Amino acid sequence: MQTTQYFRLPILSLRFIPVWRRNFLVWRKLAIPSILGNLADPAFYMLGLGYGLGGLLPEVGGVPYMTFLAAGTVCYSTMNSATFEVLYSGFSRMHVQKTWEAILNTPLTLDDVLLAELLWATSKSLLSGLAILVIVWALGLAGFGQTLWLIPLIILIGFCFAGMGLVMNALSPNYDFFMYYFTLVITPMVLLCGVFYPVDQLPSWLQSISAWLPLTHAIALARPLVQGGAPQQVLAHILALLAYGGVGFYIALVLTRRRLLK
Amino acid sequence: MPLLNIRGLRKSYGALEVVAGLDLAVEPGECFGLIGPNGAGKTTTLRLALGLTAPDGGTISMLDLPVPDQAREARMRVGVVPQMDNLDPDFTVRENLLAYGRYFGQKDTETAGRIPALLEFAGLEHRAEARIDALSGGMKRRLTLARALVNDPDLIFLDEPTTGLDPQARHMMWQGLRRLLNQGKTILLTTHFMEEAERLCDRIAIMDHGKIIATGSPHELIRNHIEPQVVEVYGEGVADWTAAHSGTYCERVEQVGETVFCYTRNSEALVQQLRNRTDLRYLNRPASLEDVFLKLTGRDLRD
Repeated sequence: MQTTQYFRLPILSLRFIPVWRRNFLVWRKLAIPSILGNLADPAFYMLGLGYGLGGLLPEVGGVPYMTFLAAGTVCYSTMNSATFEVLYSGFSRMHVQKTWEAILNTPLTLDDVLLAELLWATSKSLLSGLAILVIVWALGLAGFGQTLWLIPLIILIGFCFAGMGLVMNALSPNYDFFMYYFTLVITPMVLLCGVFYPVDQLPSWLQSISAWLPLTHAIALARPLVQGGAPQQVLAHILALLAYGGVGFYIALVLTRRRLLK
Repeated sequence: MPLLNIRGLRKSYGALEVVAGLDLAVEPGECFGLIGPNGAGKTTTLRLALGLTAPDGGTISMLDLPVPDQAREARMRVGVVPQMDNLDPDFTVRENLLAYGRYFGQKDTETAGRIPALLEFAGLEHRAEARIDALSGGMKRRLTLARALVNDPDLIFLDEPTTGLDPQARHMMWQGLRRLLNQGKTILLTTHFMEEAERLCDRIAIMDHGKIIATGSPHELIRNHIEPQVVEVYGEGVADWTAAHSGTYCERVEQVGETVFCYTRNSEALVQQLRNRTDLRYLNRPASLEDVFLKLTGRDLRD
C-alpha cells in the first residue's frame, strides 16, 4: 500500500459490530477468570489500602482515605482493563491467532477491525470501572445520584486508554514488548496522577509532568464526583481524554495498516 | 468474462520487485493453479487480488469490480483458504462458521441453515460442538475450507491448501475441491505440489521472480516445454558414462548430485544400452509437470 494510503482518515461504520460480538462471545466463555483478574484485583487493592493505610491517616484531601482512594481506583481499574485488553488480548488476536487476518479476507476492513477492538476494550473496561463503583455504593462511600456521572466518565477513560494501547499493539514484535509500556507509561501514571495520594504532595516538577498525563484528567473529574463536589474545567479534561484516545486510535490505525496491509 | 483479470500487476518491497508485470485471467468454472518456488510472488499476488494491499502498477478486476477500489464489495462473493489455519481457537466448529458468516453480514439463521451442508462437506458432521484444538490437522484444513464457503462464494482462493497434510487428508481435500468444481465454482490455488496442480487444475501458470513464465493445461506445459521421456541414471560409473554416451542418447542432460537426468524424445535405445551396464542403475519415466517446473525455474534452492 502506498504511504499516503496509510494516512487515510478512518472510515467508521457499523460493520464493526460482528467483530465486537466475536470478542464478546469469546469473553463470555472465559468470563470467570477474566472477572477475577480485571475486577477483583483492583477492589482488593482499594479495600486493603483503604482499611490498612486509612487507619493510619486521619483524612486525605479532606475526606476519609477510603473515599479518596475510591475515585482513583475507579479510574485506574478502568485504565488497566482497557490497556490489558488491547495489548495482550488484542495482540493474541492480531499476531498469534491471526484472527484479524481471517476477518480481513471477508468484506470487512482493518478500519472495522480496529474500531471493534477499540470499542470492545472500552466496553470491557466499563465493567471493571462499574465493579468498583458498585463497591463504592455498597460501602456507602459516595452518594448514588452524583456518582452516576462516573459511568460516562468510565467510558471515556476506557476509550482513551484503549486508543493509546492500540499504538503499542501495532508496534509490538511480541508480548515482552508490552513490559516497556507498563513500566515506563502505566506505572508512572498510577504514581503521578493522584490515585493513591494528592498530586500536590509531589515536587513541583513532577506536578507539571502529571498535569499532562491523561489519568490526571480522569481523576480530576472523578474525585469531585465521588466526594460530592463539582469538577472544575470539565470541558478541558474531557477534551484531553478524547484527544489522547482519538489521536492514539488514529496513530494506531496508520501503524497497523503499515504492519498488516503492506 | 474472466472472474479475475489481472493486467500488468506490479508490487515492490523496497528494492525488491515481488510482482513484476503479471498478467493472469481466471475463467468461470475453471481451476487455475499458480505454482512457483518460495518467494516467487504467489501469496503477494493473492493478497493484491483480494485488495489487502495496493499495487504499485497494473489493474485488477475481480467479479467485474475494480480492486482495490471496490475490493470490499468483491470479497462478498469470494472465499479464502489461507496458508496458515486461522480458525478461532476459543470457538467450537459451529461457532466458527456462525461468526464467519456474520462478517459477511449474514443473519445467524441464514448461516445456520447452511451449516449442516458445510459440515457434511468437511466430513465434520459429528464434530459440530468440538473445540478447534480437538481437531486433527486435516480436519482443521477442511473446516477452513468449509468456512470459506459460508457465503456461498463464486470464486475461491486457496493458498497452499494441503501443505503439511498427510496423504489421506490431502486426498480428502482434493475430493472436496473436485466437488466444488463440479458445482461450477471457480478456484484459484497456489501450491508447491505438482501432483496437486496436475490433478485438479485445468490450467496452470508457472510463476517465478514475480512473473508468469509459462501457462497452459498440464499436458500442454509438458508437451511445449520438455522432452516426453526422462531417464534418471545413477550409480558408480555415472560420470564416465555421461562423458562417453549422454551426447548420443540424450537431447538434454542435467546432473544433480550423483544423478544424471537424461531428457529425450525416444528412450528405447538408451534403455537398451543401460540394461547391459552392471555399474549403473536407471529409472525410465514419462516427463512430468515437475520436470517442466524444474527446467523453467532451475534447481537452486529458494529459501
